[in-house]
Amino acid sequence: MSAAIAVEQAVVLLAGFPALTGADLTVEQGSITLLQGPNGAGKTTLLRLLAGLAPLSRGSARVLGRDIVAQRREVRGLVGLLGPSSMLYEDLTVRENLEFWARVNPKRTYQTDAVVERLDLGATFDQRVRDLSTGQRRRASIAAVVVRRPSVWLLDEPHAGLDQQGRNIIDDLIIDAAAAGASVIVASHELDRVRVLASSVATIAGGLVIRHEQLGGRHGSPRSPFSPGESGA
Amino acid sequence: MREIWAVAEKDLRIELRSRIVASQVLPFALIVLILFGLALDADKATLRAFTPGLFWITVLFTSILTIQRSVAVEVESEAFESLRLAGTAPWRIFAGKALAVSVQLIAIEVVLAVGVIVLYRSSFEAPGVAAVGALSATVAIASAGSLYGVLAVGNGVRDTILPMLLLPVLAPVLIGATRAFDAGLGTAAVNGWAWAGLLGVVAIIYGTIGAAAYGVVLEDA
Amino acid sequence: MSESTNVATTGSRTTQILGFVVLLGLSVVFVLAFVVTEPDAVQQDAVRMFYIHVPAAIVALYLTVPALAVASAMALYKKTRWWDITAAAAAELGVVFCGLTLVTGVIWGRPIWNTWWEWGDVRLLTTLVLFLMLLGYLAYRRSVVDPGTRARRSAVIALVASTNVLLVNRSVIWWQNRTLHQKSSLIEGRLEDMKLFTFALSTLVFAVMFFWMMIHRFRIGWLEHKIETVGVDAAIAERRASAHAGLDEAISHPALEKEGST
Repeated sequence: MSAAIAVEQAVVLLAGFPALTGADLTVEQGSITLLQGPNGAGKTTLLRLLAGLAPLSRGSARVLGRDIVAQRREVRGLVGLLGPSSMLYEDLTVRENLEFWARVNPKRTYQTDAVVERLDLGATFDQRVRDLSTGQRRRASIAAVVVRRPSVWLLDEPHAGLDQQGRNIIDDLIIDAAAAGASVIVASHELDRVRVLASSVATIAGGLVIRHEQLGGRHGSPRSPFSPGESGA
Repeated sequence: MREIWAVAEKDLRIELRSRIVASQVLPFALIVLILFGLALDADKATLRAFTPGLFWITVLFTSILTIQRSVAVEVESEAFESLRLAGTAPWRIFAGKALAVSVQLIAIEVVLAVGVIVLYRSSFEAPGVAAVGALSATVAIASAGSLYGVLAVGNGVRDTILPMLLLPVLAPVLIGATRAFDAGLGTAAVNGWAWAGLLGVVAIIYGTIGAAAYGVVLEDA
Repeated sequence: MSESTNVATTGSRTTQILGFVVLLGLSVVFVLAFVVTEPDAVQQDAVRMFYIHVPAAIVALYLTVPALAVASAMALYKKTRWWDITAAAAAELGVVFCGLTLVTGVIWGRPIWNTWWEWGDVRLLTTLVLFLMLLGYLAYRRSVVDPGTRARRSAVIALVASTNVLLVNRSVIWWQNRTLHQKSSLIEGRLEDMKLFTFALSTLVFAVMFFWMMIHRFRIGWLEHKIETVGVDAAIAERRASAHAGLDEAISHPALEKEGST
């Protein structure tokens, strides 16, 4: 039981619509998983489920051994979710935003300075989020996730809205996080870019993980001929 | 305490930067005061006699907007989700949000108090009981409002439902605050301190319910 | 009976008996209220309104509100649809009985107090605020799409509303003390035997009627819930099939708007 993430037969209903229809996914600690699939397949919902934000109707899901329903607050403390929205207060500066998130949870250790340097945010640090460009805003959102030092990174289209330099920074962050023992799941349409990083690729369609193949990449655990997501209807 | 203050300070800082409440809600409150004057035919005796009621009706209407703004701050950045992920105890978020709303409402009430003195020629003969009553009433409004404000967002709910949900709940506050002001302004011979006490009890009850239930409503915000 | 057929029904042997008791009881109450009992010395025929007004008020305040509060608390605690549907049923009946109380109270007030609405009456005012809060509760239920969210959030509203009934009642009692208050409702202990009996019987019949309607309303809610569940199972099966058929791209749904649109 060293799996960082274990999802079994997960059904998630969003306003009665089955966004996940019995998904299975097992992810090892320190791995990078590419989550691919068409729009509306359930990628975002799966990430939100793992962050304890989407309601689990049937099945089970565990993150680092914690049950996602019964120990939801613990799970939330372990994960970092980067979604499509900025999750930053528009009228506060980047610094104030990061400091705010640090202050509302004193139990977690934050490393603001290093992150700011890493994401090259120095110039925009004291600007209001409202005044930032799309790319700068995106970097600030990423910083807000990274400063929390999550054990499980859930990244939803992290490259969206970033220039080449920004994309490279993201890739480095992902590699470093995994090397440090964090588990990373990246939902992305940029298959070529993420595939290079990934140790496994999970394909999701119709709310199911229809294929989960291990890659012999740099973090590669041995390629498995049998993928856990194959259990069909 | 640190987290509560962090949330409250964040909201107040955003207000200082954006000035939405100061530049839009506060003028609205003054306009309502003036409209009451026009509607009641600028009859001095009537305006003076009904100052407590007019004052608190204005506060209740204004509080709706203040609460909607307090919620909008989170909604426009989808920050309710971040707050959930932050792992902060929901009751602390509630206390911080309610504190910030209280501070803003008190500022509005001070301006309104000056407004009724100037426009309605009212005078605060017993400012102590009026102040204590107003403070308790404000905490009660901010508590109920902060809870209901979150109920009025997300999941297809339109925020137009907020007044319908919140105002009946605030009926006891309106009654109590008006009576306390009757004593404070000398418009009726009532035991203002008893009413201030009742308002204190209401504030404690709403504060407790809000703190206990905020986690439930935050889950779906 | 209903189990043996495929036709969904909210009726059963129990509800048939309850319904019969209610109809019979109401007929007896009407005969007693309008024919047998004497008109009041002061209120004359207007007193007959009491035989509906007071039982309706008692059921509204002492049956529907506690039922709503308990069911809502249990819905939060147990997290089951059963309690949520019970709460919704109680709230709807609360609106019915509060409405009946208000309408009969207003009609009674016209000849007796010489005004449709008497602000000094604590119970009427409390009932009105309760009525408004229940309307808000039901309006809120209609506006929430997700059943789980609806259950949790409306339970919070119901608990605040039921606590608030006590606060409203208390503050109105204090408030109306300063007004010239006309003694309200029950003519203290001056009811003669037949009137007292009619009144008690009517209250009992209204209470039974509450339970009878509760069972039916609950069963309607439960059937709706079952239909939803069947729909969900079908939707899951359909979506699972699409996963393997590669049809997924063709399927879009507003609930998935948050899905990677980038």
